[in-house]
Amino acid sequence: MRELVVISGKGGTGKTSIVASFAAMDGKKVLADCDVDAADLHLVLEPTVRSSEAFYGGNEAVIRTEDCVGCGECEARCRFDAVRVGRNQAGDTTYSIDPVACEGCGVCVHVCPVDAIDFPRKKNGDWFISDTRHGPMVHAKLGIAEENSGKLVTLVRNQAKQIAKEQGASLIVVDGAPGIGCPVIASITGADLVLVVTEPTMSGLHDLERVVALAHHFSIKTVVCINKFDLNEEMTAAIERRSAEVGAQVIGRVHYDVAVTKAQLEKKSIVEYCHTGTTREIEDMWSRLHEMLCVEAEASE
Amino acid sequence: MMVAVASGKGGTGKTTIATNLAVTLARRGEQVAYLDCDVEEPNGHIFLKPSITSSASVGVPVPKVDASKCTGCGKCGKICRYSAIVCINKKVLTFPELCHGCGGCMLVCPEDAISEVPREVGVIEEGMADGVGFAHGLLRVGEAMSPPLIREVKRRIPMGGIAIVDAPPGTSCPVIEAVKGADFVLLVTEPTPFGLNDLELAVGMVRELELPMGVVINRADVGDGRVKEYCARENIELVAEIRDDRKIAEAYSRGEMVVDIAGEWEELFKELFQRISRSVGGASSA
Repeated sequence: MRELVVISGKGGTGKTSIVASFAAMDGKKVLADCDVDAADLHLVLEPTVRSSEAFYGGNEAVIRTEDCVGCGECEARCRFDAVRVGRNQAGDTTYSIDPVACEGCGVCVHVCPVDAIDFPRKKNGDWFISDTRHGPMVHAKLGIAEENSGKLVTLVRNQAKQIAKEQGASLIVVDGAPGIGCPVIASITGADLVLVVTEPTMSGLHDLERVVALAHHFSIKTVVCINKFDLNEEMTAAIERRSAEVGAQVIGRVHYDVAVTKAQLEKKSIVEYCHTGTTREIEDMWSRLHEMLCVEAEASE
Repeated sequence: MMVAVASGKGGTGKTTIATNLAVTLARRGEQVAYLDCDVEEPNGHIFLKPSITSSASVGVPVPKVDASKCTGCGKCGKICRYSAIVCINKKVLTFPELCHGCGGCMLVCPEDAISEVPREVGVIEEGMADGVGFAHGLLRVGEAMSPPLIREVKRRIPMGGIAIVDAPPGTSCPVIEAVKGADFVLLVTEPTPFGLNDLELAVGMVRELELPMGVVINRADVGDGRVKEYCARENIELVAEIRDDRKIAEAYSRGEMVVDIAGEWEELFKELFQRISRSVGGASSA
């Protein structure tokens, strides 16, 4: 069983559109949408949810106003500016916790001299196991303004691996998040291959360097796809040079194509929508990736 | 006045809008600062090309255990919610990259054996770019936590004048950190199903923070009309619509400013700011 994780560094380069096309390719696979913050893959794959579970990533502090004696110790100790100070009608100082700022560290709960702070588990989101026209998909939705995205991503990946084992699927394809922070780190650690989807712009080049550095920091083999490459062929050449310098092979170049958006409007990936030069570029890239993933499997056996 | 530029979906045009807005205001004589809070992948400097005048390391406090004082009681491990400090067989191990810097372990140690030392999460660079005050954070590659660095970037917001905060994509904790305290949040989207889906999430986030907001539809002539319909239905002000323009895409790809392509673009950004000002209550005019 092999795991391919698709990330980008820069947002908006086309990760989800490309993963949607990969989903439509031959071969038994499990899909995992690890962009738990702003998941979009379901908009094309139209999953039928088979199971839905709540995700509890941590705890949150809640002050029982009726028991609070207004000493202010919680506010003094909180490192995250999460204690709100107010006044009630009688003119007393009141304390309450800002749920958005609270990081669930438990320090206020510990220091409260009258045990007036509860520490229930906090639901950060939901995760789902679904069926799609291209096979099973694990996805999630982080609650608005919630934390612990890294933990939710790890959960989604582990579930995908479980399903792959149960169903005898040899490949997991992960749609990752933009950036290089905690959800991205949680998506790539232990992956067999990382595909960075980039675009031929100065921003794309800058962000590519950082995300490749991240993947190499975790010793993961990394390859690159230059999406919309015809928008600036000079930048495409610059990205090819730089990718070679940092040890990330360019394995795909895909034309900018308005059909991607047209397909998205019809809830299709571009390879399901039409057969053109662009779709052949994506299919060729998939073949190369498949070869690399199988080769990896042989090398380790 | 602080205007935060956020989105939900990545690649909709936040940095394009934030940098071009900042430069337009500076050219009209306003005191303006641009703060790049996308510390994971900052791009504002590519377009603004600032002269950097100062650079500082930013750290979060992580525990350091004095083994000579430690009795292996395990109270530190018990209070830690992040598994950043654990006590196994009366020996304490720390995992600094998991530490949130809450100070709990240091607080509970009965032997005073724990002190705090900084773990570098990234750097802040400050400077000037053509009359625009500039600051950005650069997260160390491999560092998971961006909010502490984002908080530090926002501490560089000058008193007075206009601050344009360029937020990261998404709707979770780094974005909240970037956007909170803003007088106005500008949500940049594209008129596609992905754009609409992520805009709805971003709107939910801004409503949770109870901040005034408006939407910019970028590349407004691709896709369909559902984003526009959504804004009308939800009573969200549509501050600007920017048509898809290959010249903008090409200038962007070369790291150039949109307002340098043609005068019409500077007019658009001036208009955009006037609409934001009117919404906020006329704090400043361009």
